[in-house]
Amino acid sequence: MIKSLDPRVTRAEIELDNAIEPLKEMDQWETFEVFHQKRRGDQHMHVGIVHAPNAEMAILFAKEQYGRRGLSVNIWVVKTRDVFTTDYDDSDIFETVPEKQYREAGGYKVMDKINKYKKSVKA
Amino acid sequence: MNNTAVKELLYKMADDLLIIGHRNSEWTGLGPILEEDISFSSMAQDKIGQSQALFQLLHELGEQEPDTVAFARGSGQFHNCQFVELPNGEYDFSLVRHFLFDHADQLRFEMLANSSYEPLAKVARKVKGEIKYHVFHANTWVVKLGPANEESHTRMQNALNEAWNYALGIFENGPFEEELKQAGIFEGEQVLFDKWLANITPHLLKAGLMIPSQDSWQAVNGGRFGKHTSHLEPLVEEMSEVFKIDPSAEW
Repeated sequence: MIKSLDPRVTRAEIELDNAIEPLKEMDQWETFEVFHQKRRGDQHMHVGIVHAPNAEMAILFAKEQYGRRGLSVNIWVVKTRDVFTTDYDDSDIFETVPEKQYREAGGYKVMDKINKYKKSVKA
Repeated sequence: MNNTAVKELLYKMADDLLIIGHRNSEWTGLGPILEEDISFSSMAQDKIGQSQALFQLLHELGEQEPDTVAFARGSGQFHNCQFVELPNGEYDFSLVRHFLFDHADQLRFEMLANSSYEPLAKVARKVKGEIKYHVFHANTWVVKLGPANEESHTRMQNALNEAWNYALGIFENGPFEEELKQAGIFEGEQVLFDKWLANITPHLLKAGLMIPSQDSWQAVNGGRFGKHTSHLEPLVEEMSEVFKIDPSAEW
């Protein structure tokens, strides 16, 4: 068998002539969703995930993954499995019949003002 | 101000940070998980940045350019404690060293934030946030792994036993302790050591880890006077390899 000299391969104990075994239970830590705030008062923005064994370590990792560049004042982490979501099969709940312009902001008379402002900014 | 004394202080601090920064960076790409790999590497870069700030102060006191000082000296001219030059070993040892060293580093900078040597006090105040995270990172891992299971506990305890006497070498007295104290520049290694012991003890208790019994304490000294293990020379060689190809290159 070829013995790799790359420490990343030897450390991972990759047996080149062996089949890959399925992941063991808890082979990966669970994931936490990371929310990052640039300035105090701004909304926290979802920026990605980290793997971590608990919330404290998720914060520890999130700080370096998502807060080491640019502005940061605060980070939230939430267990991914605690996030309650809609089902993609139900994406059609967001569809709406078109004859309802009265419900859209575009139907209000302020559009003139908005367009006028946009024009002035462009100019 | 006694320039010789200040330079001695700056050299040992800068060398500690440069060498541990380089050592810790050797984990890049090999860390236990991606997120930790990135965190540990990022902290290693912080350390090298902090050493650069101190080399810059030395330059202002008449020493050579930071790059030259960092990369053109022989290992016998380094003033780092031997603790930071030891090989990384397994991750347990690296974490324990990170914990023991960074607590001392944080306290040293805290003491220096009130130093009468204002340029150093300024650097000390600037790096406060970085080190706070480093110590938070170290505490979290140590307290998590200490009691987690038998393997992690045994590994962490063995690493602590192995590291301890070397860690005591961080606090080796320099030749100018009295001068620095008199001038209000630095309160001294003994004061730092007492604070350090008081600070790490509660975390180790929480982690269920035992500090080796006091009658076995024997500080591994010599680093501050240029006496090093055989591990430093290859590190310095590797660290300065690119620089030495063309010392005049602009980066």
